Amino acid sequence: MEKLKTDILELLKEDARRSPDLIATMLDVPEAEVTQAIQELEKDHVIVKYATVVNWSKVSDEKVTALIEVQITPERGRGFEGIAERIYLYPEVKSVYLMSGAYDLLVEVEGKTLKDVASFVSNKLSPIDAVLSTKTFFILKKYKQDGIIFEDYEDDQRLLISP
Amino acid sequence: MIKDEELQTSKATRRASMSDYLSPRARAIPPSGIRRFFDLVSASKDVITLGVGEPDFVTPWHVREACVYSLETGKTQYTSNSGTPELREAIGQYMNDRFHVEYDPAKEILVTVGGSEAIDLALRALISPGDEVLVPEPCYISYSPITALGGGVPVGIETFAKDQFKLTAESLKASITPKSKLLILCYPSNPTGAIMTYEDWLPIAKIVEENDLIVISDEIYAELSYSGNHVSFASLPGMKDRTIVVSGFSKAFAMTGWRMGYACGHPDLINAMLKIHQYTVMCAPVMGQVAALEALTNGMDEMKRMVESYNQRRRLVVKGFTEIGLECHEPQGAFYAFPSIKSTGLSSETFAERLLMEAKVAAVPGNVFGKGGEGYLRCSYATSVSQLTEALDKIGNFVHKIKMS
Ligand SMILES: Cc1ncc(COP(=O)(O)O)c(C=O)c1O
Repeated sequence: MEKLKTDILELLKEDARRSPDLIATMLDVPEAEVTQAIQELEKDHVIVKYATVVNWSKVSDEKVTALIEVQITPERGRGFEGIAERIYLYPEVKSVYLMSGAYDLLVEVEGKTLKDVASFVSNKLSPIDAVLSTKTFFILKKYKQDGIIFEDYEDDQRLLISP
Repeated sequence: MIKDEELQTSKATRRASMSDYLSPRARAIPPSGIRRFFDLVSASKDVITLGVGEPDFVTPWHVREACVYSLETGKTQYTSNSGTPELREAIGQYMNDRFHVEYDPAKEILVTVGGSEAIDLALRALISPGDEVLVPEPCYISYSPITALGGGVPVGIETFAKDQFKLTAESLKASITPKSKLLILCYPSNPTGAIMTYEDWLPIAKIVEENDLIVISDEIYAELSYSGNHVSFASLPGMKDRTIVVSGFSKAFAMTGWRMGYACGHPDLINAMLKIHQYTVMCAPVMGQVAALEALTNGMDEMKRMVESYNQRRRLVVKGFTEIGLECHEPQGAFYAFPSIKSTGLSSETFAERLLMEAKVAAVPGNVFGKGGEGYLRCSYATSVSQLTEALDKIGNFVHKIKMS
């Protein structure tokens, strides 16, 4: 079952719209088993969501994204968890990672304009007591995200017929 | 066969056209049936193609990067004629690890420009005019023309869907004459996807022994075996010295454009091939050799992932054809399905042409692969799942339309 689940996850990671029927055929297992495995994966929040990977730079109302290195003082008893939560609950925050190294949290913030993001940092993030310092880096271009290359390139350059 | 007097080009009369200057053997080679179909497909727009005989993966980046790095460091020279010692060493190791055949990298392995060159060299080294070369068909399209170019006589042995397109002892025996010299084997097969198991091979090996044949075993699809490990013909008892194994990096490692292949066999045979090779191409390109070494050294996991992905798609197309009502034996190797289109009443050519024109799906008519190919269609499933699904839908509608009319 564990192997089947991993195989299913890999097929869904490539394309979340694949049906249990298709997956069952590709993996040569009964469809009922696939359906059950997917239900369990959803219930256990292994499959968190079926979201779409969007290249926003191709959409007219473009977005601005920044990565922010945040240094914080951990809280007694809770470490980083409480502050991380205070940060990730903001809808502007797209992702938060606890990091090893020179800073503690890596926060991805998205806004409509540069000003939006800057004001989030100065009005919401920096004022949190435990936050010692922030360093903001604006993303200029996304080349690849979640294993998916954003650049337009010819991905099938083969001849149409070959022996 | 071409008679010797026809081979003499007469000086007495002035030649009427440039093609009269060609040697009769070159003139006699039929143009590839695939080529004609290629022109037809290229002229059409928005076609989904199942006609491609190569992986849909780009060569893994670490392999490409190894080549780039070697160029940066100035590796741009000829290599030893038989290939770099490191690569031959790695091929020897690989053949032993994967297929349990031991070859001495110094004398029994030759690196070539694709499996294609290895096939050419083997045939050139072994054929004398009049020798009969046994070729189970349907098969890869290059064996018979190269045989004929060397003055050999290709003898097709038909294989059948009822036998899963395996070569049977009876049909092999029935095709042998005193002139039989060579047997060309290609399993897993392009175009049928047939494989041969150890049990399937034993009676074949016995006949080879009894009739003193030499075998050229094209094992380029060896890694793409979906029901158990590939059994190399050379690994059968007593067969190693009689067999030239021909293989390459094109299919398993997604390296078609690199033109990297190799041959393994008895030192006397490899040495003769090496002689021809050194006069015709000197050595395989060094960039390709560096990349091939990287593929063998660090590319096995990636290769296995690609094979698993073909396997998933294989199941999808076989089920798809069966649901459409086109009988399809289960291909156990390579990346081709070979469904029968006999139930539509059309010939392979007509079916393929109409499928292209009316449904915008390209596949290769089975008849171009020789005896026994008529009535079948070669469909490569080395194409994305979404394209395969769409192609199957279109083929389904097309077949339905034909059967209704
Ligand atoms: C059965 C078989 N042998 C040999 C080749 C030639 O491969 P390469 O010259 O790329 O190694 C092919 C390619 O289609 C093939 O299908």
